[in-house]
Amino acid sequence: MEFFRIRRDIPFMRYALVFNVISLVTFLLAVLFLATRGLNFGIDFRGGTLIEVSYKHAVDFGRLRGAVDKLNLGEYQAQAFGSSDTALIRLPLREGLSTAQLSEQVMGVLRADDPTVSLKRVEFVGPQVGRELYESGALALLLVIAGIVSYLALRFEWRFAVAAILANLHDVVIILGFFAFFQWEFSLPVLAATLAILGYSVNESVVIADRIRENFRKMRRATVTEVIDNAITSTISRTIITHGSTLMMVLSIFFFGGETLHYFSLALTIGILFGIYSSVLVMAPLVRWLGVSREDLVKPEKKQLTGEKILP
Amino acid sequence: MNRYPVWKYVVIAVAVAIGLLYTLPNFFPEVPAVQVSTSKATVKIDAGTLASAENALKTAGVPHTGALVDQTGVKVRLADTDTQLRARDVLQKQFGEDYIVALNLISSSPTWLTAIGALPMYLGLDLRGGVHFLLQIDMKGAIDKAADRYTTDVRSLMREKRIQYGGVGREGQNVVLRFRDAAERVKARVELEKAFPDLVAREQDAGELRLVATLKPEAVKRIQDGAVSQNITILRNRVNELGVSEPIVQQQGADRIVVQLPGVQDTARAKDILGRTATLEIRMVNDDPGALEAAMAGQVPFGSDLFTERGGTPVLVRRQVVLTGDRINDAQPGFDQRTNEPAVHVNLDGTGGRIFKEVTRENVGKRMAIVLVEKGKAEVITAPVIREEIGGGRVQISGRMNTREANDVALLMRAGALAAPMEIIEERTVGPSLGKENIERGFNSVLYGFVALGVFMCAYYLLMGLVSTIALVVNLLLLVALLSMLQATLTLPGIAAIALTLGMAIDANVLINERIREELRWGATPHAAIQAGYERAWNTILDSNVTTLIAGIALLIFGSGPVRGFAVVHCLGILTSMFSAVLFSRGIVNLIYGGRKKLDRISIGQVWKPGPAAGSTAR
Repeated sequence: MEFFRIRRDIPFMRYALVFNVISLVTFLLAVLFLATRGLNFGIDFRGGTLIEVSYKHAVDFGRLRGAVDKLNLGEYQAQAFGSSDTALIRLPLREGLSTAQLSEQVMGVLRADDPTVSLKRVEFVGPQVGRELYESGALALLLVIAGIVSYLALRFEWRFAVAAILANLHDVVIILGFFAFFQWEFSLPVLAATLAILGYSVNESVVIADRIRENFRKMRRATVTEVIDNAITSTISRTIITHGSTLMMVLSIFFFGGETLHYFSLALTIGILFGIYSSVLVMAPLVRWLGVSREDLVKPEKKQLTGEKILP
Repeated sequence: MNRYPVWKYVVIAVAVAIGLLYTLPNFFPEVPAVQVSTSKATVKIDAGTLASAENALKTAGVPHTGALVDQTGVKVRLADTDTQLRARDVLQKQFGEDYIVALNLISSSPTWLTAIGALPMYLGLDLRGGVHFLLQIDMKGAIDKAADRYTTDVRSLMREKRIQYGGVGREGQNVVLRFRDAAERVKARVELEKAFPDLVAREQDAGELRLVATLKPEAVKRIQDGAVSQNITILRNRVNELGVSEPIVQQQGADRIVVQLPGVQDTARAKDILGRTATLEIRMVNDDPGALEAAMAGQVPFGSDLFTERGGTPVLVRRQVVLTGDRINDAQPGFDQRTNEPAVHVNLDGTGGRIFKEVTRENVGKRMAIVLVEKGKAEVITAPVIREEIGGGRVQISGRMNTREANDVALLMRAGALAAPMEIIEERTVGPSLGKENIERGFNSVLYGFVALGVFMCAYYLLMGLVSTIALVVNLLLLVALLSMLQATLTLPGIAAIALTLGMAIDANVLINERIREELRWGATPHAAIQAGYERAWNTILDSNVTTLIAGIALLIFGSGPVRGFAVVHCLGILTSMFSAVLFSRGIVNLIYGGRKKLDRISIGQVWKPGPAAGSTAR
């Protein structure tokens, strides 16, 4: 089998402007949704209590609400979770309410109402923890960006570093945009998925950057545009197969991993799909646009060659 | 040209062998067990304990399927849960108070595996079920309480030294004394600083003569450190009451404590006992005639609080605290030696004993209340009458109590003897059924993803695809072995990370295989193509793994809970994939093709060549 039979280099750069416009529009849309709708933060960040219960039969939400209402807890949400016999109850954070006892109280009334109920999971996050997670999430993002930029700048050239990080941050923003638009719950695992995707998509940019560098050495007469077109064309097959493989795994998590990993794998799926696009069709035009030239990359050839000798 | 020196094959073989060995324990199912451990430093658990446990079980006629002793205690394996319960009862009787006898599940892997440190992966709470708490100590509360204690101490000092003072009280975290006479104030200051080296006294003239005593910064620091360690000790004791086999009670950051109770089924009880973030105070009951009635009518007399006793009877209690819980060393249920009634024996420390003696001498015939304060709400545990002066710091509370109540009161008093109030700021409880489900789901996602990936790779790259798939199997093997070896906590996101890492690891093999195809397309000989494919791809693989690793490390540093579990696996997986995808897979390829001098094609699927000769293959 050979999926990709490409005779001539595809002139990706001719359409660079189109791609940049598409990216810009999706990016702006994502920002718009983030600004207007905001993220639906899970209790990891917002604080609150989450109780997952399961019954021996399908959940009767009327009865469940009726039972919980007796506690006068104010506003809360109850919804099906995964299967029809499982319910998820979310209680917002409230001042002066002893949270440790809260879940017991809820379980108490539910058990009194229907003895077949069993507790599957309780999560409670206090306000101080939520705020911290928020902060450390932001710090982690900054650290990833700084780390990747400096590594790429060291290994290649600052233009690649900047282009790669811009292209991939655009993925992150788009993932967040999806979460904002659909109001999917943004929890800690989703944050982890987002950061993992950031690291993963940069791979893609690295592969292309590597090829561009190699081509600058090999294709002595070619223009920058030709070099980039060739680099993308010759790696496209690998790009799609790799992402397809990772996607297979992620979809497997999506279908078999259960509700807990639902949004996690969803974030990964979106990230992978946009990752293909952005690292190929956003990063490369950006590199050219930033004005990369043969001299920038071929100059440190001697050093690079010694570096390449670490072979297995 | 495509041959490895022997040592490289040896390295690969050793790595795979170690991988297999350490992965092995994960295949043995868990069996019921009873664990005997201790929380007391004076009690030693050794081969003797093991022998006496085995003897006890033999005498009682409870069969077991193996017993061992390790640093966590004696573990006895049993055939089923019924025998497990019987064995627990037998061992509890045998070992008594100083030991914790808990139900546990341990791996049924053979002893020689355990002996070389090959243990199954350490499952997180979301996989095995259990409770996780993060508690925060109220440091302000701790300092406030210290100031309260000093206020009482300063008052008795002033009386002892016969210094004339107008009043003493706590203002914020300071102890403030008022005087009518400046000379008395000087005297008080000298005495105060002599008696309490942790206090700094400052004279203040704001309308009246005041002396403000403040805690020194180093004393504050000491109180805070003490609060953490005391709370940890208390939590450990409480956890021991629960009989959990592998509890974790650890300090996290400056003022937080993590408590993890794996496998706890009765989460309500655990929370009840742990969540009792309470403090204990002993105060006098205000039994002035009519005062209680007035208070119940809404006119609470100045300097008193209206509380309810357990059971609902209202009690009017004076605001002045005689003793706080930290003066209590111990409280144990027992029996009154004279009347044989159930009683609670309370043991006070030196200062506590002295104060108690003084107070009881002055208040014979009156009642004192033991007040448990939980998050601002106070409850009177018991309000006994003082029969006589009680010296020596040994106090017995009895009367109107049955054995269970005595137990409860003792427990509550011990629980209340906390240095600083704590609050649960994070809780994650996972029921045992969800834990099992999570393991299954995680396993299935890895399995099905893996199968799909393997089938695709084999179909697309044929033999080279098979090599890649085997490399991926080795990657999984090494990753599981590494996780078992490090005993890193495996969570559900961690399992997801295994799946994701495998999906990402295949990238290296795809890169290599594509590169080989490309080389073949350009007309390289098969041997040269393999060589070039691996060499050229290596740089790229290295770069891309480093960037992924950066993201992983950031998550490891800033992540907590589930994210940490994800990050650990992610980082380890990147490292193992570098080995398996490059070194290992090349080794296999070399074994297959390296020996052939005349190699005219590689089984890597169709290599399409552009141009008029399109369709010619290199298969």
